[in-house]
Amino acid sequence: MSKMLAYEEKDTWIHRLSGVTKLIFFLLWCFTSMLTYDTRILAFMVAFSLLIFKISKTEWKQVGTVFKLIMVFLILNVLAIFILSPDHGTEIYGTRTVLFHIAGSYDLTKEQLFYELNVIIKYFTVIPAVFMFLVTTNPSEFAASMNKVGISYNIGYALAIAIRYVPDVQGEFTKIKHAQEARGIEMSGKASLLSRIKNTSAILFPLIFSSMDRIDTVSNAMELRGYGKHKKRTWYMERKLKRNDYLTIGFTVVFTVVALVITFADGNRFYNPFS
Amino acid sequence: MKFKFGIKEVVAIGVGTALFVALTEIQIPTPIPNTYLQPRMAIMAFLAAVFGPLVGGVVGILGHALGDAMFYGSVWWSWVIPEGIIGVAIGLCASKFAIKEGEFKNVKAIVLFNVVQILANIVAWALAAPCLDILIYAEPANKVFLQGAMAILGNVLIIGILGTLLCVGYSAVGAKSSSLNKEE
Repeated sequence: MSKMLAYEEKDTWIHRLSGVTKLIFFLLWCFTSMLTYDTRILAFMVAFSLLIFKISKTEWKQVGTVFKLIMVFLILNVLAIFILSPDHGTEIYGTRTVLFHIAGSYDLTKEQLFYELNVIIKYFTVIPAVFMFLVTTNPSEFAASMNKVGISYNIGYALAIAIRYVPDVQGEFTKIKHAQEARGIEMSGKASLLSRIKNTSAILFPLIFSSMDRIDTVSNAMELRGYGKHKKRTWYMERKLKRNDYLTIGFTVVFTVVALVITFADGNRFYNPFS
Repeated sequence: MKFKFGIKEVVAIGVGTALFVALTEIQIPTPIPNTYLQPRMAIMAFLAAVFGPLVGGVVGILGHALGDAMFYGSVWWSWVIPEGIIGVAIGLCASKFAIKEGEFKNVKAIVLFNVVQILANIVAWALAAPCLDILIYAEPANKVFLQGAMAILGNVLIIGILGTLLCVGYSAVGAKSSSLNKEE
């Protein structure tokens, strides 16, 4: 199961940034990309995302399969918007420039094309940021840094455990699945819907039981080692915020504010080239 | 109502989220195009019913965000938050289900579980998700409400069948080994 994005150790300045810095960047970046439909800002964000992607030395083989999957979703989404609301662009931009007639009530309008172009660009602003965050952040260091900026260590631990156990649970799932398939349980499209649900539960039951056991084992082990006894913990992977961290956070905040000011300067979140 | 945040909850959130993320790629296709049954929803409902609203809500939100980021490379925030709503809603009734105590076997508990999950699904996918979609992403209204309707159908079905089975099954088997409970 290699198609998942996972942390890989490298030595670039992005890898050396604290996990918290990258989380702040990631969240604010997503937030800005969510709010703005201003094509100029989105275009800048795409360019900047690609630059970060380049600097973080992320390789195509780390993210390629996931990227192809996103493209499929992107195309489906764009088509669904067009089929269900071919005139959404007109509603937003207020004008209607028909390029050519397709069929029935479907016209291809410039406004719709422009709106869907914005939807596509929005995907591309966020994708590199997600890749960068997942591929360059060490989960243990991330938990430690979260605690260092004042977030309860329980939350940091829950997150670290989650990231830490994903591959384990996946491995277990595969093992159980192979065992059940060897016993003749059909998982593919050949089985009917109801029997497919039943067959999935044949895998999920053992997986749930072993996971519940795991929860007991891990929490007992943590309890034995005195977890939660004190208000504070020390961390092996601890990393203090350095100059670059403050610079990055500063840049992100300034960028978010500027982007939102530009976006909403004309009263709404869309950039309208038609008026 | 269990709102405490102890060792058990920390680990349950961690391992539960890992489980949710790992099951992101398991999707059962239905006859309706582009609609999948997601077994991970049943897992989330089960964990919420066992561990309460905090675990349910966090597993829903964190699991969805992390799972989408890891498998699809982009996070669709307007669909992350409704997932949390379902987790919290089911979790709020956790003490009535008493799954760990082996009490989840009568018709009353099963009906309650399903009524809660159906209501939560309707609030989440017919109300929260489409509104957030329009608010955050400025998507066309009829597209998001159609998607919401599909999501209700798929999730009610999978939680209703698989989720109920998991609760009944775990309640029957899990209780045998841990029928002793520390008094709070």
